[in-house]
Amino acid sequence: MNAVFEQILHVVEPGSTVLDLGCDDCALLEQLARERNTLGRGVDIDDRSIQACIRKGISVFHGDLDEGLKDYPSRSYDYVILSRTLQQVRDPKNLLLEMLRVGRQAIVNYPNFAFWLNRLQLGIGGRMPENRELPYSWYDTPNIHFFTHRDFQRLCREEGITVSQQVYLSRGRVIPGFLPNLFATEVCCTLSLDV
Amino acid sequence: MIQSPNGVVIPRTVTLQLDQGGFVLESGKTLPEVTVRYEMYGEINQAGDNVILLLHAFSGDAHAAGLHHDADRYPGWWDDMIGSGNAFDTDRFCVICSNVLGGCQGTTGPGSTNPQTGQPWGMTFPVITIGDMVDVQYRLLRQIGVNTLYAVAGGSMGGMQALEWAVRFPDMVQRAVVLASTARLNAQGIAFNAVGRNAIVSDPAWNGGNYYDGPHPTRGLAIARMVGHITYLSSESMRLKFGRRLQNADGAKLDLEDQFAVESYLEYQGEKFVDRFDANSYIYLTKAMDYFDLASSWGGLDAAMARTRSRFLVLSYTSDWLFPTDQSKEVVYALARAGKDVSFNEVVSPYGHDSFLLEATLQRELIRAFLSGGTV
Repeated sequence: MNAVFEQILHVVEPGSTVLDLGCDDCALLEQLARERNTLGRGVDIDDRSIQACIRKGISVFHGDLDEGLKDYPSRSYDYVILSRTLQQVRDPKNLLLEMLRVGRQAIVNYPNFAFWLNRLQLGIGGRMPENRELPYSWYDTPNIHFFTHRDFQRLCREEGITVSQQVYLSRGRVIPGFLPNLFATEVCCTLSLDV
Repeated sequence: MIQSPNGVVIPRTVTLQLDQGGFVLESGKTLPEVTVRYEMYGEINQAGDNVILLLHAFSGDAHAAGLHHDADRYPGWWDDMIGSGNAFDTDRFCVICSNVLGGCQGTTGPGSTNPQTGQPWGMTFPVITIGDMVDVQYRLLRQIGVNTLYAVAGGSMGGMQALEWAVRFPDMVQRAVVLASTARLNAQGIAFNAVGRNAIVSDPAWNGGNYYDGPHPTRGLAIARMVGHITYLSSESMRLKFGRRLQNADGAKLDLEDQFAVESYLEYQGEKFVDRFDANSYIYLTKAMDYFDLASSWGGLDAAMARTRSRFLVLSYTSDWLFPTDQSKEVVYALARAGKDVSFNEVVSPYGHDSFLLEATLQRELIRAFLSGGTV
């Protein structure tokens, strides 16, 4: 996770405003506030996460991402962040577009289901992938949409979304962009709408 | 005998020092004198920056914590949230709660004597607003030397006052805790208040509000309270608490004497209420709630919220149908649009509107976290 944090810290401009969807205990927002002097707000569905954020003095909303971002005005944040959650929401395309309506830029990181080990487990083993990166059995996984890095790129092209920065990770480490759809376990990218 | 960690507390009463014209209300009318009763738990520090003002709900009063005497049957209404090491930590904060203007527990209201006539005000008492209540609290605090508030906090009508405080005196309020409340009551809430008022004025003993030297309109007031109690509970909490149980275990005789447990509960709540509440206060306070509308008073909700300079904690409760979550969200998103520091949580609770008085455990954690949270 730290490599993702580092990547986000690297991208976010000092003094900007950040909305973190699925903020958990606000560790990211706290680090951003400390190192980038950002003004952040978190959204989470879990009471314990909300308590943790409030204790840290970070403002947080109880909210369900499946209800979308309808209450947020357009262009009200510099960055809207969604970390490891896109595959868990009911309507990922809509949420992505909503993030780009509310934020000038979106930072998304998502698991790449085409990672070679997943391919091996499904293609040769004939069973749904279950490994350190995907530690769930098929019957109790929060992941309801399975997509690959290439699928995501295609969606961006179709929806007129510019991918301005892209970082590939394997098991928490940044890796070079060589055959990323095969070697990356997750991808972190910065998005904006084409003008 | 009941114990309270806050011990025995002594209410204090002050008369506001007013200008020649008296206390000018939002309606433009004036009150020649205003007396305020309040309670205080913990001590004001040297810098005077540790004061928390608690704002009571419609039928609450200044007695938020502790006992009035050793043989008291109940402690103050928020005794389980106030005290040494508690959410409102009296080791750290000076907690103040005052009776609202228009009430009947020691602060000037329709049952007080009009100094110009020597008679109780009754229906000649001017209409008061949530803003007037807050204005009285402001003057009380200034008079006792409090110039800044670490926080204001309240639920329901108390939450309305907390919001009004943050909008009306933005430089004085550093934090606001708003529980089960709204920036404006919805039609359903106004409707229930209207039924309560109708029950009171239909009681022959009400006599146009002039009953202070005779029998009080206890039946009308009790019925108003019964209706109120239904709105404070939820279908779920009523099912759990009473179900279809009969008060007598013998089973239904199918005569009109049968009483369900829920009926006798409402009867009891009604009867208990008339001993401590004034029917005319019921009318004035419900009217104040009905008229409360931050949006219309300050040129729109966004404009109202833009005035504030506090950090906010807003909580709503899943089973509260009197002050439902979407009303809290309306406030929360208006604050967010104005770029204010606001946290919001919808607490899962079966107790209806009363949840804010009953969900002590989670609420204690959230409020404690909010009051101790620094600004990053």
